[in-house]
Amino acid sequence: MRGARRIEYLERDTYRQRRLRDAARILPVFATVLFFLPLFWDWQAAGGIRPSVLIVYLFGLWAALIALSALISHLIRFSDTDESDAPTEGDDG
Amino acid sequence: MISFNLLILVSLAYVVFLFLVAFAAERRAKRDSGQWLRNPLVYTLSLSIYCTAWTFYGAVGYAARSGFEYLTIYLGPTIIMIGWWWILRKLVRIGKTQRITSVADLISSRFGKSTVLGVLVTVLAVVGTTPYIALQLQSVTQSLAVFAAEPGSGWDGRDFDSAAVWIAVGLAVFTLIFGTRNLDVNERHHGVVMAVAVEAVVKLFALVAVGVFVIWGMAGGVAEMLARIDAAVIADWHPVPHRWVGLIFLSAAAFLTLPRMFQVMVVENADEKHLATASWAFPLYVLIMSLFVVPIAVTGLALLPEGSNPDLFVLTIPLATGNEGLAILSFLGGFSSATSMVIVATIALATMVSNHIIAPIWLSSTQKGAALSGDVRGVIVLSRRLSIAVILALGYLYFRLSGGGGALAAIGLISFAGVVQVLPAMIAGIFWRGANRIGAGTGIVIGFVIWAWTLFLPSFGAGAVLSEFVMAEGPFGLAWLRPYALFGITGLDPVIHAVFWSIFFNTAALVILSVLTFPNPMERLQGAQFVNVFEHSAGARTWSQGAARAEDLLVMAQRIIGHAEAQEMFRQEARAQGIDGYLPEVTPELIGRLERTLSGSVGAATAHAMVGQLTGSAAVSVEDLIAVADETAQIVEYSNQLEAKSAEQDRTARALREANEKLTAISIQKDAFLSQISHELRTPMTSIRSFSEILREGEIDAEARGRFAGIIHDEATRLTRLLDDLLDLSYLENGQVQLDVGRGTLASVLDRAVMAAGLSDGRLVLHRDAAREAVVIETDLERLAQVFINLVSNAAKYCDAARPELTIRVSGDAEACQVDFIDNGTPLDADAQVLIFEKFSRLADESKAGGAGLGLAICRQIMESLGGEIAYLPGQGGPAFRVTLRRTVRMAAQ
Repeated sequence: MRGARRIEYLERDTYRQRRLRDAARILPVFATVLFFLPLFWDWQAAGGIRPSVLIVYLFGLWAALIALSALISHLIRFSDTDESDAPTEGDDG
Repeated sequence: MISFNLLILVSLAYVVFLFLVAFAAERRAKRDSGQWLRNPLVYTLSLSIYCTAWTFYGAVGYAARSGFEYLTIYLGPTIIMIGWWWILRKLVRIGKTQRITSVADLISSRFGKSTVLGVLVTVLAVVGTTPYIALQLQSVTQSLAVFAAEPGSGWDGRDFDSAAVWIAVGLAVFTLIFGTRNLDVNERHHGVVMAVAVEAVVKLFALVAVGVFVIWGMAGGVAEMLARIDAAVIADWHPVPHRWVGLIFLSAAAFLTLPRMFQVMVVENADEKHLATASWAFPLYVLIMSLFVVPIAVTGLALLPEGSNPDLFVLTIPLATGNEGLAILSFLGGFSSATSMVIVATIALATMVSNHIIAPIWLSSTQKGAALSGDVRGVIVLSRRLSIAVILALGYLYFRLSGGGGALAAIGLISFAGVVQVLPAMIAGIFWRGANRIGAGTGIVIGFVIWAWTLFLPSFGAGAVLSEFVMAEGPFGLAWLRPYALFGITGLDPVIHAVFWSIFFNTAALVILSVLTFPNPMERLQGAQFVNVFEHSAGARTWSQGAARAEDLLVMAQRIIGHAEAQEMFRQEARAQGIDGYLPEVTPELIGRLERTLSGSVGAATAHAMVGQLTGSAAVSVEDLIAVADETAQIVEYSNQLEAKSAEQDRTARALREANEKLTAISIQKDAFLSQISHELRTPMTSIRSFSEILREGEIDAEARGRFAGIIHDEATRLTRLLDDLLDLSYLENGQVQLDVGRGTLASVLDRAVMAAGLSDGRLVLHRDAAREAVVIETDLERLAQVFINLVSNAAKYCDAARPELTIRVSGDAEACQVDFIDNGTPLDADAQVLIFEKFSRLADESKAGGAGLGLAICRQIMESLGGEIAYLPGQGGPAFRVTLRRTVRMAAQ
């Protein structure tokens, strides 16, 4: 029951888990921004941009995101006792 | 050369292999309840049905035509998968707690178990998916045609369409066998999922094989390949911003809303934790799938003659270079992509059609109580099987009618744009409690109409459905309604144009109508259940007035979920209620549980309607909702009260403990006092007795007799005083004291006290402030003086400083005035501070002072009866006492 009891400060371990959730939430945002980045490149420049550069950029970024996602999902816990996602210590639910 | 018979043989062998895999998985699942199959890897691989034949063949064609734009189709799902914590986790949880069977069921269930919405989404899904199924059939026949075109294939030019028929029939058989084994969709289709997973491996392996072949076999390495790419036509490519952004959005949205994706991602999900693995494993899968697309496209464009279909490069490159084994592998990859998509999509659509269209029609066409008499289970299974056949037939029909032309990718995107019309309702449904049925329904209808007008109908070609005049000038010459240029906006690509306007108006309608209209109670209830799924995962409650008999419910449940299961469920429920046998009381909990169980088989709306037929109370009133809210609030309130009570008990216990300690200490003091008072009484008694004996013997002079009589008198006085004190205290404690209220200044009372305290020896130095003492008080001045005398004489008696000093300080405000008596002796320690006001207490070795230890106890009683108080004042550098006089009765003078 929300509101009845709100824990304001968390233990170290729980705190880390909350921050991992934040990371899991923010990762797709960064992914979106970075995937849109090639739109700002100067495609009209003399000689243009070689496709190999785009390939390396996109696939490199993609692989990095996969690695980060793997890391986060490896560390993150589905804590069954604390599924309320109560907004404490910067966790906005 | 590959003979056609060999190809057919290989295909058949592969199909038999898939059947075996599915059978084995089903058997295995039956034996050990599928533990081995509940595996994150299988889950991830099953998600790969996102990559259909369109991906397998079409992506290369797409890359050959539009460069790197094909990547957008994979980047969208990648973003969704790595953002699983936002949406997918919630969808899966909702799917589990609400026993959701399809996208249509999700939307219908969320918006008040609405039948109309279920039908709407189902129609949308069927219209959006049928072309896609046709596309798969087309891709398989096209790939067959490639082999047929090879010289010496033995292909005798028979109609390709017969191949499509056989494929469709084969898929129907597979789907019928493995897709309708369980009526309850929530029970996993192990056979199907396993077959799909195997096919995922095959198609990945095939594409990688072709990719490796073109990079290392033909180009001679990665660097060489990159150089070739830089030199190819593709080098002129540059991203078109609105297409890049729009297609990433479209593919991300479609990933969530495609019926087949929802089926494998949410309905077939065995464990939420599998999502964590899939969050990186699935992006990895599609990365590998897309890694070789450009190399294959570039190689194909360079190698094959002008005008070859780039959609089939995956097949034609190995064939052109004489790698027949690779070609067959590649064919199997494409075949896998096509079949797995068709199978899952068909199951998903069949579930929707049978639950949201056939079952409601059947229910309303039969009379009330049909759920009891009809063979429900049989009807549902039959309707699902019929749906599978009809959907595959529709796909085939579409394939025949569309003539099998057009680029594969175009149809794929059109299909995507159709199904994403569910997205606003889905997202709003799980994140916004305010979204309601009217808004969602209207939004979907508007989005669907715009999509059909701007994309779907024109896709048949100018003049096919929409005339060329309408395409060019708009209907009735209304230029702002031109399908490819709504409101005169011509700068957008048709697909993005359609997606933009349809989603824009869809969302706008959803938001505006949700804001303006009012949801019914069932919607509000379901809204709370969905949006706050992580807070109460207990499952939805249904309200009913319990008109149904448990027996009727059992009969109905047996017909849908089977005898054994229904009986087990009812027995469990009965046991939970503390009843023996199979028939529990009909409680809201029982009905809620039954409805949830049934909805796993027939969908929420139908289950609700069926139970409603029996209980006769399908309606939930606002009062019911508020009652539930009240109930919750009461529970919270009760638990708060319990907490408060327990805190209060803690406090009481602490107070009791303290009291006990004090009593124990006092008891010890009392014992000490008894011996003390005996001593006190005995000492004067002894001297009185001995001196009176001397006087009785009479042989003493007059002067000595006078002295002895004086001693006797003094001792008697001392005894009297002691007894007076005891008496006084006893009166005060019993509240028998009579107050003699008078007016006077504080200074006069203090003067009298100092005088009476007998400071004649002048040892004690007094510090007073005459100005502050000029306060007129109204109280019992005699009694107050008694208190002051006691304090001053105590200071005189007990102060152990070399030069004893006593400071009398007066302070106060309108409410009260304080008189502090501070001397410069040794301060009392904490224990003494507590005990000093108790009767008979006296600081240890100060007995010489001659008091009985009653002084301060009397003072306290006096101050209490005067409405003031006396307390020890710590932290003054010496023993200090504060007398507080309340001025509520007495008025301040100045």
